[in-house]
Amino acid sequence: MADPMRIRAALTGDVVEVKVLMSHPMETGLRKDASGKPVPAHYIETVKASCKGKDVLTAEWGPAVSKNPFLSFKFKGGAKGDKVSVTWLDTAGETRTDEAVIS
Amino acid sequence: MNMSRRAFLQVSVSGTALLLVGATGLLPRLAAAATNPLAPTDQRKPFEAMTLDEVVKSLGGTKATKSTDIMLQAPPIAENGAVVPVVIESKLPNTKMIAIVSEKNPHALSAAFRFPDGTEPYVMTRVKIAETSNLYALVQTDAGFFYTDQLVKVTLGGCGG
Repeated sequence: MADPMRIRAALTGDVVEVKVLMSHPMETGLRKDASGKPVPAHYIETVKASCKGKDVLTAEWGPAVSKNPFLSFKFKGGAKGDKVSVTWLDTAGETRTDEAVIS
Repeated sequence: MNMSRRAFLQVSVSGTALLLVGATGLLPRLAAAATNPLAPTDQRKPFEAMTLDEVVKSLGGTKATKSTDIMLQAPPIAENGAVVPVVIESKLPNTKMIAIVSEKNPHALSAAFRFPDGTEPYVMTRVKIAETSNLYALVQTDAGFFYTDQLVKVTLGGCGG
């Protein structure tokens, strides 16, 4: 199924900066393949990030987010060694969760 | 097109549920699908809007006011519309949500990010832009909706082939 996400979480001062690179085709459903048949839509609809059981970011996406989406955000309240967990769910019902330790 | 997409989503969700009933190994996935807060509900509705105003209305606002306290960073000329890096940062107090809107796309709303307390109103991502148009950063705070915009020239479109 889907490849793992690459997640980096770094603490600077009291702010944790998280960078996530997901592996996903993000098909809009508007594109046609070489034989002219429409390629069905298949994109990530929901992204959720949490740290120590608390949500730090939720996002709703449309098909206009680029293929292999990159996302970066910042939150307070994390410490070195804490885990940041990111989950996505796509239009095909596939889901994937990955974790990274704050460094 | 919108309705058929919605109907398709509903059909595929229920179809997936049926398929998974017997497959115990895949039950966690079923649980995930069942608890998905974004299964075709009102939260998907803003994605059907075609203009900034419609997006604001579908998110429960009345109108968006232009604000200089939102920082929107995007390339003035995007060679490849399929990958346009965007950085948005809000200096408005109590920012709850940041959305990326581009009106010339098939659907105006590209993405919406919600910030619980403790999360900085900052986001960096990459979006597709169909053709040269204004890119809007829409911000929702306790005081309503605010936006800022920037013209992005696209030399190669990001949607379709």
